[in-house]
Amino acid sequence: MKRFGFSQVMLWLGLLFIYLPMVILVIYSFNASRLVTVWGGWSIKWYVGLLDNTQLMNAVMRSLEIAFYTAISAAFLGTLAAFVLTRIPRFRGRTLFGGMVTAPLVMPEVITGLSLLLLFVAMAQLIGWPQERGISTIWIAHTTFCSAYVAVVVSARLRELDLSIEEAAMDLGAKPWKVFVLITIPMIAPSLAAGAMMSFALSLDDLVLASFVSGPGSTTLPMEVFSAVRLGVKPEINAVASLILLSVSLFTFLAWYFSRRAEEHRKRAIREAMEVTASESASTWKGAPVAPNP
Amino acid sequence: MKLSRLKRRLPNGRHGVIAVPFVWLFLFFVLPFAIVLKISFTEADVAIPPYTEIYTWADNQLSIVLNLGNYLMLTEDPLYLAAYLGSLKMAFFSTLICLLIGYPMAYAIARADKELQTVLLLLIMMPTWTAILIRVYAWMGILSNNGLLNGVLQGLGLIDAPLQILNTDIAVYIGVVYSYLPFMILPLFANLVKHDLSLLEAASDLGSSHINNFWKITVPLSKNGIIAGCMLVFIPVVGEFVIPELLGGPETLMIGKVLWQEFFNNRDWPVASALAVVMLAILIVPIILFNRNQAKELEGKV
Repeated sequence: MKRFGFSQVMLWLGLLFIYLPMVILVIYSFNASRLVTVWGGWSIKWYVGLLDNTQLMNAVMRSLEIAFYTAISAAFLGTLAAFVLTRIPRFRGRTLFGGMVTAPLVMPEVITGLSLLLLFVAMAQLIGWPQERGISTIWIAHTTFCSAYVAVVVSARLRELDLSIEEAAMDLGAKPWKVFVLITIPMIAPSLAAGAMMSFALSLDDLVLASFVSGPGSTTLPMEVFSAVRLGVKPEINAVASLILLSVSLFTFLAWYFSRRAEEHRKRAIREAMEVTASESASTWKGAPVAPNP
Repeated sequence: MKLSRLKRRLPNGRHGVIAVPFVWLFLFFVLPFAIVLKISFTEADVAIPPYTEIYTWADNQLSIVLNLGNYLMLTEDPLYLAAYLGSLKMAFFSTLICLLIGYPMAYAIARADKELQTVLLLLIMMPTWTAILIRVYAWMGILSNNGLLNGVLQGLGLIDAPLQILNTDIAVYIGVVYSYLPFMILPLFANLVKHDLSLLEAASDLGSSHINNFWKITVPLSKNGIIAGCMLVFIPVVGEFVIPELLGGPETLMIGKVLWQEFFNNRDWPVASALAVVMLAILIVPIILFNRNQAKELEGKV
């Protein structure tokens, strides 16, 4: 077998292509010179300057708030959708349902953003809500497209699960909702957490949807960054961008690490449980009524 | 007997489980398209909201005015046609480049050791969680006339004057491929990792070459992954706004950018809606293709 074939070379070149620009951006955010092209030594003054920028800080807090709500609601909605898709094989409108769950993954954001805005305007005319667009409308928009991502992640997990455990609980008389809460939820917890964290990150990053459905006075962090970026490369933006990059990377890494650890823990528990049952049944088989094992 | 039949008719927990996501998605994802379609038949007006009503009720007469002017304008003004063609061309070639770069990468990850594989997957997945805006911004600093790339090339003596890359189509291609490459790799990997390697061994035992194996076995088996990856890149790129706005120049015509300008700069909601309707009409076939593919994946029937 070839060790360093064409595909390996492409892989490492591709990773270099993906990561080099981000590394360069972070390095340049520590540049002391005002001119973005001249290296003037290391400095953290652009980071310190950010703290005084109250407009930016307000946008950060607003984005974090929306992302927090989105993570919770998208995890809930996405899990329900995934459950329906994997556990309920037939009902009226199932094809439409499947389409509605997967289409937001690819739908161009300008279309989704425009259509949601027009919906909110029509709703305001018809039922008087929402009078003002802001955090709540951005939250609805983000929940809708993030729940599609959660549904994909969670349904992959639901498909892998051993159905016999759920069936056993139901045979023993547990109500479906009880089975779901006590058995299914704990088993899909790692992917549920991963989906929630993914929604948090996606909501924090979104520019296009938020631009369409936000109102005056509800500027989010990406909108703030975008209006500055349009005017060109500036050292302050390098600092903001690096901070976002580093926090999201750290966040992703932690999400991955914890879900992996939970998974390993779960597998080990299953293995141990099986070994215990195997040895017990073996001992009962040999001569249980005579004498219990010492 | 009767009671049990009645019970079956009444909404139960199962209906509730279906209804909550169904109603939400219908209300906030499907219904809005109907409103876009409606607004696309109105006329721009100086009012709040800035369009005319389709139905008017006056003197016991219901009059419905459908304004086809927005659609006629799209066909008459060559700018819009050029923008649609520009978007499709950009999406087609970026998808192709992503596939050519992404396939070998996904292949290498799928054949890597288990330990290395999880790390590589994390490395590919991480950028998809990071703002596209920031990753595109990183390229602005690299590609500009006095940016890093021109500086390095000039320093090496390869070029005398800085190359104009930023604000051209080349920069947009770089930005699009850069941003969407992970979306190509992930579905390809998910497919390639499931392949039964004994097929390749059997073919090799029978005297087939590596290259022959690849084209006759691996590529046909990975058809679903290729479709999913290509659709995940092609469809969003057609409507892409951020990348052409930041990296493209005045001659970069893409429909997402035009729609944004009509909506935010000209405040012409009806024309923006008409643009969205036509874009959706173009994309509906690839979207259905993607949905079918995903439905198979979601239900586990490969």
